[in-house]
Amino acid sequence: MKFSKRFKSILPVIGLAALYGLIMLLKSMGIANNYHIQILMFAGVNIMMTLSLNVVNGFTGQFSIGHAGFMSLGAYGSAIITTLILKPSVIPASMEIPVFLLSLLVGGLVAAMVGYLIGLPTLKLKGDYLAIVTLAFGEIVRAGLRLIEPIGAARGMIGVPNYANLAWIFLFVALTLFFVRNIIYSRFGRAWIAIRDNEIAAEAMGIDSTRYKIISFTFSAFIAGVAGGLYAHVVSFIQPDTFSFVKSSDLLVFLYAGGSGSLTGSIVGALLLTSLPEALRFLASWRLVIYALVLVIVMLYSPKGITGGYELPFLRITRKDIYENRGKKISETPLQETKEGDV
Amino acid sequence: MTTFFQLLIYGLQLGSVYALLALGYTMVYGIVGMINFAHGDFLMIGALSTVFLAMAFMNTSSAALSAIQVITIILIAMIGTGLIGVLVEAIAYKPLRDRPRMTALITAVGVSMFLQNFPRALPFIGPNPRPFPRLFPLVQLNLGGVTITSTQLIMLGLSIILMVILYFIVNKTPLGAQMRAVSMDKDAALLMGININVIISLTFFIGAALASSSGIFYASIYPQVDVYMGSWLGTKSFIAAVLGGIGDIRGAMLGGFILGISEIFATSINSNLGYMIGFIVLILILLFKPAGLLGKFSIEKV
Repeated sequence: MKFSKRFKSILPVIGLAALYGLIMLLKSMGIANNYHIQILMFAGVNIMMTLSLNVVNGFTGQFSIGHAGFMSLGAYGSAIITTLILKPSVIPASMEIPVFLLSLLVGGLVAAMVGYLIGLPTLKLKGDYLAIVTLAFGEIVRAGLRLIEPIGAARGMIGVPNYANLAWIFLFVALTLFFVRNIIYSRFGRAWIAIRDNEIAAEAMGIDSTRYKIISFTFSAFIAGVAGGLYAHVVSFIQPDTFSFVKSSDLLVFLYAGGSGSLTGSIVGALLLTSLPEALRFLASWRLVIYALVLVIVMLYSPKGITGGYELPFLRITRKDIYENRGKKISETPLQETKEGDV
Repeated sequence: MTTFFQLLIYGLQLGSVYALLALGYTMVYGIVGMINFAHGDFLMIGALSTVFLAMAFMNTSSAALSAIQVITIILIAMIGTGLIGVLVEAIAYKPLRDRPRMTALITAVGVSMFLQNFPRALPFIGPNPRPFPRLFPLVQLNLGGVTITSTQLIMLGLSIILMVILYFIVNKTPLGAQMRAVSMDKDAALLMGININVIISLTFFIGAALASSSGIFYASIYPQVDVYMGSWLGTKSFIAAVLGGIGDIRGAMLGGFILGISEIFATSINSNLGYMIGFIVLILILLFKPAGLLGKFSIEKV
């Protein structure tokens, strides 16, 4: 019993390692080339971004539509560390990994700090107005970065060392999933879901909604910052205009087409919709027309997204899992039920 | 001082474009409660169709366009874009009316992508920017060092006339009363025998037609048209609508002019600052007046 439970908990890790091994095998056999690997790395970054957006939009019920702003702060924050402060030519090969990790941490912290400062005054705003402020925030960050000369202004930063490989992306996607899943089912996550479902009722139950919203926003910004840092070290060239409103709306599309409020949905949405435009490349300029049509059709006929609210077994927590240690018997209903009409 | 007035005139002309576009955002938001991200693309459709209409008219007469031809072109472009707006609503937004607002928002992003990329993929339109024909006569007037062109005067005049007509329709006619009723309470309006579908279609028609006219005016001052022009103009007009208090028609006009004027003044200092200023003004106003300048804050009932 105990063994099987422990085995169950490391099963996702084994699965992930097997998946990575499979991809490497395909690559060595020549079936998957560097182009495929590159798309997979972008998809990984997008999965992290979508999960981060899911925390705010899907689980806390707030509308952030300027998430690319946090991503750009993380990308610039970490790229400044690895490119301008500790130049790649100076760093010995053995120090590359610690510097890389440090830069990701800095990127995440910068984004989280700004997320906190932005969240403080604005999270009192309701619904659509908050959405608009986050949109404005994203555009201000972009225009602001275009003004700063030492980091290349509108031309962007070139020569960011490409430290991030597929293994790093896999690791960070797994870590993000682990943390997001666990926080969603913690006290914080339950408060967020309560706020999403009914803010007034949550307040009445003693939940300080503004405080929990700020925590959600800051946590989400941190993930977005780390994802941005990874992105910078994948493409080795970042530019303020990469992180425009177009990027933010792409992320929203990943989230809602995949199914918001579902971790599986974020993974499927980001993975599928990152690869779809690439797979449609043979259509040339009709590619984005088809993409747009697919998106509208998915939204019209499958309002809960592609996954329809389904959650993979290892991402799901039932009441049984929570109360088992306390020796109580509770029916095995999922903790997180999405009502009809919820996003 | 002369520079100040000169900039003010540029600000007013840009502001009138924003205001016309913001009216569509605010009307759709007021009546359906959704942010129509595809609204900016109606501007592009208006400008692009004007280019083709002008080409067709010039082929037949081969001379410069006469006043009657220009009016016909503008009317055809406005009505055509209005009908496209109605079509978009009927196909993409109507089935989503009772769904969560975010679903409609994402659909709007999809519609916007479609409206931009469909003309781009068509071989006779394509991605390249094209020049915009001169619709209005170009006469420069000099008022104490401040230059005003006749194009500026005509477009300012026309946009103010359009706004006055809209204000009159919404506030003084039975149709406007129905629109206001739907925006206040859809179910109660239905019980009073108002045909909600017709009113919503009409709102989209008016909004898209106004966007089309703003596209024609914008392209008359900055004579270049491409399929992506609607997206960032749309974003800014949306900001203008929120600034004035979304759902309020006077607010959209006021917000449009505030945004246009502040943007021109900031651009005269630095072009990136010009881009930022709208968003900064927005955040500042929302921090002190969370429902916009003229918006009313609704009390939440349990």
